[in-house]
Amino acid sequence: MRSILNCTAVELSEKIKAGEYTAVEAMEAVFERIGEKEQEYHCYITLDRESALNRAKEVQRKIEAKELTGPLAGVPVAVKDNLCTKGVLTSCASKILENFVPAYSATAVEHLEKAGAVMVGKANMDEFAMGSTTETSYYGVTRNPVNPAHVPGGSSGGSAAAVALQECFMALGSDTGGSIRQPASYCGVVGLKPTYGMVSRYGLVSYASSLDQIGPITKNVADAAYLLEAIASYDKKDSTSMPDADRDFTGALVEDVTGMRIGIPRDYFGAGLEKEVETAVLAAAEVLKDAGAVVEEFDLGMAEYAIPAYYTIATAEASSNLERFDGIKYGYRTKGCVGLHNMYKKTRSEGFGEEVKRRIMLGSFVLSSGYYDAYYLKALRTKALIRKAFDEAFSKFDLILGPVAPSTAPKLGESLADPLKMYLGDIYTISVNLAGLPGISVPCGKDGNGLPIGLQLIGDCFAEKKLIRAAYTFEKQTVAKRL
Amino acid sequence: MGYGADRESGKGGTMANVIDDATIEYVGILAKLELSDEEKEAAKKDMGRMLDYIDQLNELDTSGVEPMSHVLPVRNVFREDVVTNGDGREETLLNAPERKEDMFVVPKTFE
Amino acid sequence: MSKHYETVIGLEVHVELATKTKIFCGCSTAFGGAPNSHTCPVCTGMPGSLPVLNKQVLEYAIAVGLATNCEITRDARFDRKNYFYPDNPQNYQISQLYLPICRNGRVEIETENGKKFVGIHEIHMEEDAGKLIHDEWEDCSLVDFNRSGVPLIEIVSEPDMRSAEEVIAYLETLRMLIQYLGASDCKLQEGSMRADVNLSVREAGTEKFGTRTEMKNLNSFRAIMHAIENETERQIDLLEEGKEVVQETRRWDDNKGYSYAMRSKEDARDYRYFPDPDLMPVHVTDAMLNGIRARQPEFRTEKIERYKREYDIPEYDIGIITETKHMADLFEETTALCGQPKKVSNWLMGETLRLLKEKNEDPEDIRFSPRHLAALISLVDSRAITGPVAKDVFEKMFEEDIDPEAYVEEQGLKTVNDEGTLRAAVEKVLAENPQSVADYKGGKQKAIGFLVGQTMKAMQGKADPGLVNRMLKELLG
Repeated sequence: MRSILNCTAVELSEKIKAGEYTAVEAMEAVFERIGEKEQEYHCYITLDRESALNRAKEVQRKIEAKELTGPLAGVPVAVKDNLCTKGVLTSCASKILENFVPAYSATAVEHLEKAGAVMVGKANMDEFAMGSTTETSYYGVTRNPVNPAHVPGGSSGGSAAAVALQECFMALGSDTGGSIRQPASYCGVVGLKPTYGMVSRYGLVSYASSLDQIGPITKNVADAAYLLEAIASYDKKDSTSMPDADRDFTGALVEDVTGMRIGIPRDYFGAGLEKEVETAVLAAAEVLKDAGAVVEEFDLGMAEYAIPAYYTIATAEASSNLERFDGIKYGYRTKGCVGLHNMYKKTRSEGFGEEVKRRIMLGSFVLSSGYYDAYYLKALRTKALIRKAFDEAFSKFDLILGPVAPSTAPKLGESLADPLKMYLGDIYTISVNLAGLPGISVPCGKDGNGLPIGLQLIGDCFAEKKLIRAAYTFEKQTVAKRL
Repeated sequence: MGYGADRESGKGGTMANVIDDATIEYVGILAKLELSDEEKEAAKKDMGRMLDYIDQLNELDTSGVEPMSHVLPVRNVFREDVVTNGDGREETLLNAPERKEDMFVVPKTFE
Repeated sequence: MSKHYETVIGLEVHVELATKTKIFCGCSTAFGGAPNSHTCPVCTGMPGSLPVLNKQVLEYAIAVGLATNCEITRDARFDRKNYFYPDNPQNYQISQLYLPICRNGRVEIETENGKKFVGIHEIHMEEDAGKLIHDEWEDCSLVDFNRSGVPLIEIVSEPDMRSAEEVIAYLETLRMLIQYLGASDCKLQEGSMRADVNLSVREAGTEKFGTRTEMKNLNSFRAIMHAIENETERQIDLLEEGKEVVQETRRWDDNKGYSYAMRSKEDARDYRYFPDPDLMPVHVTDAMLNGIRARQPEFRTEKIERYKREYDIPEYDIGIITETKHMADLFEETTALCGQPKKVSNWLMGETLRLLKEKNEDPEDIRFSPRHLAALISLVDSRAITGPVAKDVFEKMFEEDIDPEAYVEEQGLKTVNDEGTLRAAVEKVLAENPQSVADYKGGKQKAIGFLVGQTMKAMQGKADPGLVNRMLKELLG
């Protein structure tokens, strides 16, 4: 059983198609592993072994009948709990959706099913994806797979930890300000945040609509490319989906960065960055340079303005997106109270956690009469300037290289006490969302305590292929060096 | 009323001073959140601090910069006027906390 | 009342567009479905659902904008209006605040005091809310989202009206323009056209506007007139008493004939509008605009002028016929078939209007086809049927759009021109009415009228009255 769990997603599918394993065996192995680890690490909110095995059986039958031949057929996948799954609880890690069972699946989830991937369960996350530690989940914290005293990162902490712990072979996360890349970095796995518009958001419960994007969290870069290729689509149900983007990602799995121009923003290596992280990231740059890339430092600019702009825009959109949770149509509703407005207030106050309420309050304020121009519009103007800074960078470079987070995973309970400090941890990831760019987090080392460090590569809009090629090359080079 | 006056008087100072009890009360009404006294105190502190932090955007000269709502250069996303959905009653009401005669039950609304 | 006051009125008119589907999803807009049957995740605000704009909504909105001489906003956007209410499933309404699709238009209205322009401040697109039903038994309300997401345009006028009469003229003008476009049926009673009245009063001759109130729940022209009178009086009374008018929203109760303030401490009226990140901006291209312009119909004013030139019918008739595009089309198409505008007009002005009134229907509901009306006219012209028979046939046609030729044939309604049959009938009448015969012979000319009537009755109306008259005179010597 151990060897099966060591497979990457693509390897597993090949072996299933070759008859070496079955999809059912893979799922059984996953649940055996879950049986060992889940108690301590708590990667999932919802698990249903029986139905997962039934789905695996059905997929196995289709594989044998050659109805399913794709590269991810038969692979057990974890799905973040803010992605709607037909007939399966979708809670967003919130009490307010404690009983919400959607009648529809997210477009990305439908694509996974078509590809023959089999859902293991719904992964834990920060409530409504608001958080960087997976500690704001109503259903309990997820622990870091390397050291359970630490957080796995967030908000897609359950997805990242499940991949690292082999409680699945791959996972879907969502990234609004770093929620795929940062937990991938903290857990030592690969996480890719696609260009805004690359993957349909239909069925993703919105946090900040203009920033949210679904993406893969996987064991390696190749798996990320295959999983992204499976879920990326132009979707008529999502007006913000990009009609004519190049979605052939696996074609970029080429070990070659010769002549690729990579910029390292000096602004990303200032105060606040842990020395060990800096060293590992700069060493990663050297690896790419040795492989033929042209690596150069430059001044990106605007870095310090990304967080204030982000927390204005994201909370404003969130305050509106989360208005629909009112106890009338679905989800939690307060018991026995009189009057409509009381019902609204009690339901929402009891149903939302502290961090969500904090962001709703801030977001409502920045949109309120008299403050819209000073805060919201100012943030949108800042966003334009941030995008401009990136546009200028990408006129000179193919990719930007930097850290994912200023530090490795903090200890449990250290972050929430000081929200602003927690927000500052998003400094390297957030501007990517504001500018709509793709970014990938690839493991590039460990700190003195053995906690993983992530390397972030950022590409221009719809330049995922460059991102994948560089990440793939880096991964191959480091694996080769380790051998 | 009180809120407006407070907001005016807050101009020029830091946002932490502007975010007073009346503001928290007002935003609570907008957001339909009922905070306990402790939560209100915490919210006041958090929001003031965040807004002071956000105020560093004022260092930036954004005059003449168009606010950017969308990063994608996509416009005119339409659907044709063709009925594609059938009777959605059951799916719509599937998760209703309370339903009656195929409708959602809500506390009495006064006109 | 010592001072002289002037009423200043602006209107916010909501018009439900005649699309087949809702503004942001593929659910039907048809009336009368079971509660919540015309719903989907999008129009019920399910988590993860996303809106996609119905192109027809934009085209209708632009068409109405062009018809009301508006500037079309080339780069328009949708904004969210945030407020909690159970009929609003997302607790925000997708609407337009910052860049509405049409701005700065005007329409010309005609009142007894002559013509004047009413300015259009803007027209924006938005989604309708669901329906709240009050449960009398359980002390709760019920929500039906069938109307949630039905497309609306809101036409916001400038405060250019000064009387209820002008308001009605303005609404009639809008109604006709929009109906001509086919963009809506604009029925106040059924709620496909709704008007909120913004009203203030000021001393005559002053420049500054008074404080205005907004009146809602006006479901008929009568209610609008009544509410305007009532609110004008209320405001004047306040001012006369030295009190102030409070800017507020009031709800009109048409049964009780008064309005009351809709106020709540939970109603902060701070809608926190911001651009909807789920919808891409609209860019109206030259091609789109030209296409819509090319498809604009001939509107009523132009039509009236043309009718005056082309058809020899009374101006009064022209006015009535052109009130709806459907009636005007019917007139033109029938006239094209039979070449007799006057006769077509007579059928429309007479029997058609009478039956519409009797059955409480609108001109849009007329079902009979131009071909059948033309056929009926030709049956009368050729004396194949008599006037009274034609009226009966028309009534049948009005109800079921039957083919008059086939119907007359089947029912045996053709005028009897057979002399033998007619003579027998006349002789029988003479024999049965010796008194009338004697009267006539005694010089009472009028008596023949009675005898003609009796003969027509005996012939069930199918005789040619002229022929009957001639035959009677002949037989009476």
